[in-house]
Amino acid sequence: MKQKRCRHCDEPPVISMRQHKLALCEAHFVAWVHEQTLRSIERYHMFEQDDRVLVAVSGGKDSLALWNILLSLGYQAEGLYLDLGIDGGAGYSDQSHRRILEFQQAFWPDVTLHLLNLKDTYGESLPEVAKRTKRGLHKPCSTCGLIKRHEMNRMARELGYTVLATGHNLDDEVAVLLGNTLRWELECLARQSPVLPADSLGFARKVKPLCRLYEREMAAYALVSGINYIYDECPFSTGATSLYHKQLLNEMERQRPGTKLNFYVDFLRAKKHGRFQSERTKELQHCERCRQPTTSAGICAFCRLWEK
Amino acid sequence: MISVTYRNKRWSIPGNIRVRDLVRTVGLNPETVLALEENKLVHEETMLGEQAEIKLVAVVSGG
Repeated sequence: MKQKRCRHCDEPPVISMRQHKLALCEAHFVAWVHEQTLRSIERYHMFEQDDRVLVAVSGGKDSLALWNILLSLGYQAEGLYLDLGIDGGAGYSDQSHRRILEFQQAFWPDVTLHLLNLKDTYGESLPEVAKRTKRGLHKPCSTCGLIKRHEMNRMARELGYTVLATGHNLDDEVAVLLGNTLRWELECLARQSPVLPADSLGFARKVKPLCRLYEREMAAYALVSGINYIYDECPFSTGATSLYHKQLLNEMERQRPGTKLNFYVDFLRAKKHGRFQSERTKELQHCERCRQPTTSAGICAFCRLWEK
Repeated sequence: MISVTYRNKRWSIPGNIRVRDLVRTVGLNPETVLALEENKLVHEETMLGEQAEIKLVAVVSGG
């Protein structure tokens, strides 16, 4: 039987991207991931070489891979780790922080990593504040999202970065897209984008350079690059709807390669042609306490979390 | 027999089987895992011999 070869050389392939009918060896796969990321940065006008990019890192495969790729491509990319104080019986946040420090020391020891510890800054960890408030009473995921969005935006602005980059991959994006479609969340569909522009009210520019790369490709990239990421999912993610949506989409992908990519790319195309235009139902204003943009009158949902 | 591990599970599967078929044999979707042999990524069409030791790594994360 004829042995399969890498598309570009005689080496055996380590991965096939069935949606692209493409099989690559380790070296060509790493180069391909870099090239695809660069293509997305350019295609969606995410940022330029002279931008200062703050990469939100969690210790997982996607964010560490993104940080590595941006630095390898020559961008000015520095890291931000938000320590939420999640234990989950295994010191989840501590483990995540350790993996980030190990990565930084091994790959880019001279690059800055900012650390923000939620408990040190606001007096309570995520599980503590979630337990105390109505929003997070049953599951802290919604509180977690709120805290991360607020604090990443604040840090990016205060530290003078022009762009905030997150490691959302294509599977993350299509899981959100499927969820929003199933509920016909038109406002959310209108906002879902590889780039959210900065505005004068105080939102930093937000970008997702891995938005066209499959989660499987990002895990493979981290493994072949020797990035020791945290394999475990967040202990609070058990039973999360987005994981169920990912499972459904992966079943479709198994039977019809390219389903996920086509779903996302066709959505972006439809958006570009004005299919999902939606006005904000509420006007943005500054929070009276933190001065960040909010649709709430008075103080924002983040500041309300800390009122006891 | 091929030794297969995934999270805290372990299987013994008869050899001479492709990675993709092995993943399906243990009840997983090949889109959701990667196969490693001696910490090296193994292509899904690789034919595995009787002595192979395969570690499957989940690719899905988040919540």
